[in-house]
Amino acid sequence: MTTVFDPGAEAARATDAILCDTLHGTHRGVVVDSPPGAGKSTLVVRAALELADAGRPLMVIAQTNAQVDDLVLRLAEKNPELPVGRLHSSDADPYDKALDDLPNVRKSAKAGDLAGLDVVISTAAKWAHVKGVEPWRHAIVDEAYQMRSDALLAVAGLFERALFVGDPGQLDPFAIVGSEQWAGLSYDPSASAVTTLLAHNPELPQHRLPVSWRLPASAAPLVSDAFYPFTPFRSGTGHGDRRLTFAVASDGSGPDRVIDEAAESGWGLLELPARHTPRTDPEAIRALAQVVRRLLDRGGAATSERAPDPAPLTADRIAVGTAHRDQAAAVRSALAELGVPEVTVDTANRLQGREYDVTVVLHPLSGRPDATAFHLETGRLCVLASRHRHACIVVCRAGVTDLLDDHPSTEPVQLGVTVKFPDGWEANHAVLSHLSEHRVAWGS
Amino acid sequence: MSLITTLARLEAVDTGRAQPLATVRHRHLSDRPLVFVPLTTAGEAGAPLGALVGTDRDAPRLLVVPQPRDRDLRFAFLAELADVVLPYIDSYAEDVEAAERNETDPETGKRVKVEVELCADAPQLIVPSRAGIDFVRLLGRSMRFRRTAEQDPETPHPAPPRVPLLGRWLTHYGERARVPGSSLLLALTDVLSRHWATGQSSLEDQHLGALLAWIDPPDDESGAEAALRAELQRDAKGQLVCPPAGPATDPAFDNKLLAPAIERYDRARTALAAAEDGIEADDRLGELTAAERQIRDLVASRTRPTWDAVWRGLDLLRALPEGAHATDRWTRDRWSFTGHRDRVLAGEPPQPRRDDAVTAANKLATREREQARLEAQEALDDPLVMAGRRLAGEAFAGEVTDVVMAYSEGKRPSPRPLVTVRTDDRPHLGERAKVYRSLGGKPQAAEFVGYEGNGGNGEEQGGYGEEHGGYQSGGALDDNGALVVLRVVDKMGRGKEPETGSVPEKGDLVCFTLFEHEQRGGAKLPDPEETPWTHGGPPGETEATPQLHAPDAVTEEDVL
Repeated sequence: MTTVFDPGAEAARATDAILCDTLHGTHRGVVVDSPPGAGKSTLVVRAALELADAGRPLMVIAQTNAQVDDLVLRLAEKNPELPVGRLHSSDADPYDKALDDLPNVRKSAKAGDLAGLDVVISTAAKWAHVKGVEPWRHAIVDEAYQMRSDALLAVAGLFERALFVGDPGQLDPFAIVGSEQWAGLSYDPSASAVTTLLAHNPELPQHRLPVSWRLPASAAPLVSDAFYPFTPFRSGTGHGDRRLTFAVASDGSGPDRVIDEAAESGWGLLELPARHTPRTDPEAIRALAQVVRRLLDRGGAATSERAPDPAPLTADRIAVGTAHRDQAAAVRSALAELGVPEVTVDTANRLQGREYDVTVVLHPLSGRPDATAFHLETGRLCVLASRHRHACIVVCRAGVTDLLDDHPSTEPVQLGVTVKFPDGWEANHAVLSHLSEHRVAWGS
Repeated sequence: MSLITTLARLEAVDTGRAQPLATVRHRHLSDRPLVFVPLTTAGEAGAPLGALVGTDRDAPRLLVVPQPRDRDLRFAFLAELADVVLPYIDSYAEDVEAAERNETDPETGKRVKVEVELCADAPQLIVPSRAGIDFVRLLGRSMRFRRTAEQDPETPHPAPPRVPLLGRWLTHYGERARVPGSSLLLALTDVLSRHWATGQSSLEDQHLGALLAWIDPPDDESGAEAALRAELQRDAKGQLVCPPAGPATDPAFDNKLLAPAIERYDRARTALAAAEDGIEADDRLGELTAAERQIRDLVASRTRPTWDAVWRGLDLLRALPEGAHATDRWTRDRWSFTGHRDRVLAGEPPQPRRDDAVTAANKLATREREQARLEAQEALDDPLVMAGRRLAGEAFAGEVTDVVMAYSEGKRPSPRPLVTVRTDDRPHLGERAKVYRSLGGKPQAAEFVGYEGNGGNGEEQGGYGEEHGGYQSGGALDDNGALVVLRVVDKMGRGKEPETGSVPEKGDLVCFTLFEHEQRGGAKLPDPEETPWTHGGPPGETEATPQLHAPDAVTEEDVL
């Protein structure tokens, strides 16, 4: 007998357990692992509201100002009456202007001005400057896997207990200088906050959100297998629930054929001839831009469980992802030349936590003569391959499989460091072998 | 590797000579550095074989351990090394100047200025290669916890006096070398390859002989040929003509020359110990001395070429003028030196085996800040480095073509002039990106407003900004370059009119960077005694770091 998987019920069960531990548990910390698009932000907002309802003032620590503003807006949307404090920096334009329209959100650069509010939200960097205040009884740490251990060290004195929420599969935090000296220490300052927290407090309850609401049924199995082999998750929707259609028929070109393949299967690989290129490979950049141009020109429409009618695939629903900033800049100018300025183009680091209908990705290893740890990092590929609700199109030079075979991971193994599975090498192979089933050759 | 470095390397391959990566010297060089060329024993961690050390290029001091596995001889070597290095260090400790430092008053908790001493100069240690820095660290670690008979009469194997102190200094220097831009302890290959690009890989650049061959090849030879010769050429006995810069030695040297010599020395020592009368002992002492002399000659023959190469490299570097900010960074090195001098004088214990959580986080924060500072300062000091940043889209230079006065909104309008710069560079300017230029040594900030249409498409002056969107990202560059419109936002004084010289004028040549010139200090971390529960609580508490000291639990595999 097989039980039918009910994603809604599964997710609700997980959320209830998390909230129970957070509100009534005895441990000082609760850790929640969330795969891409599993409702992490929804959980954070809900936990904040329930803690506030229970009369427990709390602080929320996010990593970027954009994340903080987003959380404030979501909180106000759910409960416009809730008194929220937005602690911000003293720079010019420190927060999203949209916050000015919210009557119950107080904004200040001084923590003292916000004392007594139910929820106070800021970035880890700003919280680190808050000194000499009574510790909060509760904290929520958002994107805790992208927070560095030293950032947690700076703020952990501000709260007694905390809920740590994050996605372990995304990019690890990094340091711009070497930190091998501390590798293997439980409090390695360059490790992620959760790694340090759990090394010192292994008894803390760890939860997992089991359902990705973002990733379509075509993507969840691949992303789960390749990046979360030991903590699998499912998609919240079935194979028929999402559809991507185009009003204009294919003109038979490479971009159009890969768009059709991706619309049909959720994945498309546009393969350019093998070649070693500089990072800003002009041909690959042009191919990316043309795919985006055609996506818009062909009048795409996305049908999903959210609405009965198809939503037009507009520029704000498409994103281009790259590994390096200069690649993103090159794509932006290529798009501008084709008259498409509004599409988001960014690096994996900056696309973390964002969601689009269709993503067009430049493979991090495309055209490279070597495969460095940076380009092999599991999280980078995971971020790029898990931003989409409908389809992901990867543009890549041929020959990456051989490149991988020529460059097995050679990073030194450090004593005391937990080996991260899967390694980037393996994850890259898994993704490539899946993509090869959806391959369209450029220009043939 | 940045694009400009790649181009320089390609050019080096093409021309057969290393190409400059810098027009000024980005590291401070002392007038009287202490050069240290150590050799280590293969297969034995931390067993020095010998070293050349000193401040006089014509008269290095040769230190040799004839039997590296003999710990007494090793101690004798370290004691001799301390006799050379510590007087050198001490000679800088006395000469001080008055300086001020911000400290937190323990009673009021306020920041107050405190008058303190700052050493007027600092001792500088130069080793041939990066492996030499690791060796300095290793020596420091192996010595700083030793106890002398004076410190602890009970200690079973007392170290010679001053050896633990040398260990503390070498540890300090080894740690300081991890701070980007610091110059207390320099690896010559690193400094040389910062200033020149060769046509070989960066791994090969760590071979001092090959690196110098590219930078300064003999007249009749290309750098590539000379480098290959430096790496491979062997004499009739199969020995490398240019021995590796150490501390590791060439295996052919170990096997064919060193091993037999040490064996002869061992035999002579055993024989001497077994001598039955004075005459026999005299003979055998002669043999021992001869055996020792042979090892000394061997060590000298392998270190002297490196010694000379190090000084040649220093000559090449000294030919470059020192960058303006390199002097500032050297002042930080002097602070670092003075700080450690004070800790030693105050009788503080040696540096701990491992950093605690707070110290580690503080060090990482400092180093990240210094790295960013170094990158900005090198670009500001050196047009060639700035060219690399411009090529990477992180800066742009050009001529001011237009300045329009404008003011901020609000009760007290401040000047916010709009400056148009024509540039051939292609900076990666995002919406409202901040850019900076150096104004009298201080950074002046401006905000990117947009690209002006090249055809002069009738945009109202002062009308850039949100309502226009202003931002034309593509097509702005033609043969005449792009017109970047910036809004200057600070460093113009308090009045309504900007101070003279604080706003660029038409025709000025300006260079703006997308990166900040100065680094803000980070937030203060808690004191180590207040380490939070997430990081194991204060150090010293037993449960804080259980996995460091407890052995692994026995698993099934252990008892198979």
